[in-house]
Amino acid sequence: MNPTPTRTSLQTVVLILTVAGLILLALGGYLTPVSRYVVTPLVTAQTWLASRYQAIQNLVSAPQDLTRTRQRNTELEAEVSRLESQIIDLQQQLSETRILSALVDFARVHPENRYLAASVIGRDPSPFLQYVIINRGSDDGLRRGMPVVTQQGLVGRISKVTAGAATVQLISDAAAKVNVRIEPSRAQALLQGEITGEVSLDMIPQAAKVQVGDLVLTSGLGGNYPDNILIGQVTGVRRRDYDIFQQASVQPVVDFSQLEIVLVITNFRPVDISPLVPTPGAP
Amino acid sequence: MATFIALPILGILLILQSAIVSRIPLLHGTADLVLLAIIAWALQKRVATAWQWSIIGGLLVTIVSALPLGAALIGYPLAVTFALILRQRVWQVPILAMFISTFVGTLVMHIISLVALRLVGTTLPLREALNLITLPSVLLNLLLAIPVYALIGDLANWLYPEELEV
Repeated sequence: MNPTPTRTSLQTVVLILTVAGLILLALGGYLTPVSRYVVTPLVTAQTWLASRYQAIQNLVSAPQDLTRTRQRNTELEAEVSRLESQIIDLQQQLSETRILSALVDFARVHPENRYLAASVIGRDPSPFLQYVIINRGSDDGLRRGMPVVTQQGLVGRISKVTAGAATVQLISDAAAKVNVRIEPSRAQALLQGEITGEVSLDMIPQAAKVQVGDLVLTSGLGGNYPDNILIGQVTGVRRRDYDIFQQASVQPVVDFSQLEIVLVITNFRPVDISPLVPTPGAP
Repeated sequence: MATFIALPILGILLILQSAIVSRIPLLHGTADLVLLAIIAWALQKRVATAWQWSIIGGLLVTIVSALPLGAALIGYPLAVTFALILRQRVWQVPILAMFISTFVGTLVMHIISLVALRLVGTTLPLREALNLITLPSVLLNLLLAIPVYALIGDLANWLYPEELEV
């Protein structure tokens, strides 16, 4: 039996009225206790489902994120390493620039000399010798005997030359001897290296007034070094009445353990005076 | 092959010695990598080119160092001679032989250096040389003896692989 149109309309009207009534009751707050009982289980179920879904989604997507994060971390670490090495490189360049700047200043102060800068690339393998190896040789015009300085003062002189490198005997070598002048007394003396890498003065005339703090410069005597190159300061004097000469210890101005860049005086030619030195028994 | 490989090996060691090791002194003594390498080489079983290595090492050091000509060429072969004698005597304990050879080899090399320097007119005070240079050098050499022996041992095993009996 089919419902008649009148009955259908009545059902629709009742339904609308019921819905409208429920809405009105809800708006009026009369359905809150009822909705709490209905909604709370729904919310709980929804929460449980959502959390499970989130967990599964994390499980599925997390490895991708982790991989991406690790990749990014690696990239950033590589970037940090690159920047750190760049900083070290720049610091080294800055250090070299400062040294070169000081050397240029030194060259300006001594315009009479021609200089060639060289890097110290090694030291003598034997611990008994105080020699350094520089990266310039005969191809650059270096010759045996040329003096070597830094912006602070005298370093030594070239003892052996090859095409691309040279060996420099430091003034602190035990076999090194330099004729020096002590200022302000202008006393002549002989500077000698020691096995410990220190330097000392010998052959200071007894009459000379030498004091702690006096400056020691090359005298130019003997023809091995140009004159007036600073070597160091007197740190102690030993004077005994029964000795022929005084002796003194010297603090060099150059730190020989920290040599990096040196200047070779290329226009100085050492003079060999050995034929002029009288030998015993000679007429 | 085993002789020719001495050139790059000892050459690299000499560069390391000159550029780095010589700048790290203990008092005033420094380690001698070339000496350690040729002693370690001489103590390896099946190695028959110890003399050649000592001569090559001596030549390389003579080129680089300002030591009087021949000091290294005499000192290194003497150190190798002692190591070879010791290899026959204490072949069962090569590390002990390495330590003894290093100790004696360093002393021999330093004595020859001092004598050679004296012959060319540079007289060094013996007590200071012993206290400040030789003894610290011996200590440094002994510290480096084991790693150098291990590295040279690997090289010797690579060049002279042990024959397996089937």
